[in-house]
Amino acid sequence: MTTANPAALWPLIVMGAAPVVIMLVVAFYRHHGVTAVLTLISFVLAFTTLPGVSSLTSREIAPLLLLDDYALFYMGLLFAASFVVAALSYSYLERHEGNREEFYILLLLATLGSAVLVASSHFASFFLGLEILSVSLYCLIAYPRRDPYGIEGGIKYLVLAGVSTAFLLFGMALIYAELGTMELGRMILLQTMAGDAHRLMLLTGLAMIIVGIGFKLAVVPFHLWTPDVYEGAPAPVTAFVATVSKGSMFALLVRYFTQVDLHLYRSLFLVFGLIAIASMFVGNLLALLQTNVKRVLAYSSIAHLGYLLVAFLAGGASVVTAITFYLTAYFITTLTAFGIITVLSSRARDADALEDYRGLFWRHPWLAGIFTAALLSLAGIPLTAGFIGKFYILAAGIESALWLPVIILVVNSAIGLFYYLRIVIALYTYPPPEAEVSRVAPSLSLAGSLVLAALTLLLVWLGVYPAPLIHAIQTTIASLL
Amino acid sequence: MILAWLIIVPIMGGLLAWFLDRWNPKGPRWISLLALAINLVLTLGLWAKHFGQAELPPYGGWPVEVDRTWIPQFGISFHLGMDGLSLLLVLLTSFLGIMAVAASWTEIQDRVGFFHFNVMWILAGITGVFLALDLFLFYFFWEMMLIPMYFLIALWGHENRIYASIKFFIFTQVSGLLMLLAILGLYFLHGYQTGIFTFNYEQLLGTSMTAATARWLMLGFFIAFAVKLPAVPVHSWLPDAHTEAPTAGSVILAGLLLKTGAYGLLRFVVPLFPGAALDFAPVAMGLAVIGILYGALLAFAQTDLKRLVAYTSISHMGFVLLGAFAWNELALQGVVMQVLSHGISTGALFILVGALQERIHTRDLGRMGGLWATVPRMGGVALLFALASLGLPGLGNFVGEFLVLQGTYPVSARMTVLAAVGLVTATVYSLGMIQRAFHGPNQEGWKLPDLSGREMAILATLVIVLVGLGLYPQPVLDTTRQALNSFRASVPPTRAEVSAQVVRSGFDGDDPAQPALDHGGAP
Repeated sequence: MTTANPAALWPLIVMGAAPVVIMLVVAFYRHHGVTAVLTLISFVLAFTTLPGVSSLTSREIAPLLLLDDYALFYMGLLFAASFVVAALSYSYLERHEGNREEFYILLLLATLGSAVLVASSHFASFFLGLEILSVSLYCLIAYPRRDPYGIEGGIKYLVLAGVSTAFLLFGMALIYAELGTMELGRMILLQTMAGDAHRLMLLTGLAMIIVGIGFKLAVVPFHLWTPDVYEGAPAPVTAFVATVSKGSMFALLVRYFTQVDLHLYRSLFLVFGLIAIASMFVGNLLALLQTNVKRVLAYSSIAHLGYLLVAFLAGGASVVTAITFYLTAYFITTLTAFGIITVLSSRARDADALEDYRGLFWRHPWLAGIFTAALLSLAGIPLTAGFIGKFYILAAGIESALWLPVIILVVNSAIGLFYYLRIVIALYTYPPPEAEVSRVAPSLSLAGSLVLAALTLLLVWLGVYPAPLIHAIQTTIASLL
Repeated sequence: MILAWLIIVPIMGGLLAWFLDRWNPKGPRWISLLALAINLVLTLGLWAKHFGQAELPPYGGWPVEVDRTWIPQFGISFHLGMDGLSLLLVLLTSFLGIMAVAASWTEIQDRVGFFHFNVMWILAGITGVFLALDLFLFYFFWEMMLIPMYFLIALWGHENRIYASIKFFIFTQVSGLLMLLAILGLYFLHGYQTGIFTFNYEQLLGTSMTAATARWLMLGFFIAFAVKLPAVPVHSWLPDAHTEAPTAGSVILAGLLLKTGAYGLLRFVVPLFPGAALDFAPVAMGLAVIGILYGALLAFAQTDLKRLVAYTSISHMGFVLLGAFAWNELALQGVVMQVLSHGISTGALFILVGALQERIHTRDLGRMGGLWATVPRMGGVALLFALASLGLPGLGNFVGEFLVLQGTYPVSARMTVLAAVGLVTATVYSLGMIQRAFHGPNQEGWKLPDLSGREMAILATLVIVLVGLGLYPQPVLDTTRQALNSFRASVPPTRAEVSAQVVRSGFDGDDPAQPALDHGGAP
């Protein structure tokens, strides 16, 4: 309770101050461009505080927050992802009727929430971060108010998130009742109590927390909101949900659950195993049936979280690196894919029908090329970041001799190929001539094209030469191990 | 560094071809030809410089090698090496690549740049597969050639192309992932034993493991290569893919892609898991014989000319599988000969079928007949390659199949007899094909232009090389001797080996570095 170094809080202070400043600016001078630029500057500022913080010796805001290198790495990732989302949103919102500026305020708040989440070391901060993130997301998902699908997605997310939060809180209460602590760092105590009579209460508590976390990660059987939210939300928001929201939660899960030896809790291990396997199968099989690109990506994200859980099950030192690498690759890939969807979307609706992509190559070869790279990366084909990520996860699984989940993963990536390739091949076939008329030109802002180009370069660079990133991850998460 | 250039040149050529498309439709074709010609010259230069009789040690070592750190955290390096086997296969790659590009000169009229981009990237991937000495790098190239091949079939293929391309992709991808699992299993096994985590092929050779582990890991590799080869019962992607692919795609598929499976068997399956491979040999040879006969039977039953040629590949690649698991000097030399000559003869047949389809817009044998009168040159060349396919002495295929049979005999006489029946069935379908297409009445009244100068040039080159292989195979055998000897050195002498030695010592003396053919040439 004694150590509290306010200097360590700089990233969060910047992220907290930015929405306030922008709100004030908007109150006096409502201008889309200015707001967008201020938002981008805020993300950059927050990002630049990170190296400063990492050089501090005491980085604990006891007992709530711990800004160690692991948290800082993920914060950097989250800020970068949010930066990309903001950059992509600009031209998307230009076509949007109504107020545009509040979008950025909500985006900043949501990022603040996720940053708190990855740095939290206490149930209270965990919950606070989660709620800041969720409440902002309700509004972001339903942001285009005239669109019934957006409203539907928003309401669905609101109701289900509310229920899952209740579970989470109840679970926390049960664990607190048994352990007498709310500090996440002391969850290691669970291990010593594995054989006790308290087991039932602890297990119930853990199970409820898993429900809460599982909802955010959208793993089976808590995935039901995903397709509708992905489809209904504006494309940049979907990108945000897919990356920042899920990524921050997974980072937290990995950080604290890898401390607990899952093998001591046979049932817990089994539950995660079943969730992983079910997520892979349900995600991939249902994706086969979709004709809406956003829904395909929604189901594919369910499957990808399943892959990540396979690595999570493996446990051990190298797994954190594997998961962090995979998440980074997944962030880049997903942002690229949704970036393309954002760019192609028109005023009337998002470009989410498979038909919108037929023959894209013959109209916009570069966009089609970038989208191909993103889809191949999702499928885990060499020369892309996704391949190295998948390789890393398979290696982690085999190292722990998890043969069944690993083989299921292999089978699933074959199923996955099928629907990714279906989209890819649509990009390169000739479009039916009558469809030409109804097309809208993509709106590429300068920021949008720069961001897309940078993402694609990263995607290929990580696929060809991943050594520097692996090195960076290994040095930063060394503090965790 | 020349080895890296062999991969970089086609990659850059492909990119350049794609960009040139905007300015000049002829550009991509010439760029591709140029890039492949550079590769051909580079490879020939390497052959002259490093693979002369004097320089080669009897076995071991890599005459040309490049090794750079790539992902040190995993012990992965960019490690390429070339021995005689790799050299000949790389040579075949650029040679057939040129033929494929030339053969599609008029066939491909849309998306020319992107087409050549895909062709060049497939060839780069295949070259990489033949050169990689790091198992991760090998897998990397193994997968890299799939996507462009998928595009090639799916975008420029015939009627049923989407189905064929997806089937091809899923077969090869799943089997490839199984191989990746086996590679990783081997990696960790070796790492735990020695503390050195590496994907280096030479270091992984001789990893000790229990028989059960070896069996599973070996199967992971074997399935991937058996799918590519293809062996029965995982062959069913091949007829579809070959039939639907454009000519260049079929040539590359039959001539090169299948050979990566053969190469994998020789380079990885047996040397890495000698014990398990020996136990598995009867099964593999059984599958090989089934493939030879079953492929021939199905080939005979086809009415689609291209599909017929595709099924003959299954039959011929059965000999490769048979020889690879007989694993003695004669059989391995036979495998190399068969790989090279089958690549050329089947590639030529696909070029002929493509040329014919370009003229009559059908592959249905029922609608052909009597074509000899209107296209005599095409008929003559087709007859020659059909004879090659049935194993006529004097052509490369005969040397290959004969050596395989001779090498298999001491290992299993029964298998040899059954496989030899395949030679008879090959006669039936090959002559049947010529008869149905070129002889008989010309029911539809076809009047066609005969082979153009370009087509004659392509086919004449192929004929010359094939006849050369058939009459004077010695350079091939000399070049690969060192490679084949080092494969066999990594495997302890086996039952098959010992009995082969006994048979050979009757007329050859007992020197393992002295191949039997030194004395006789092609029998």
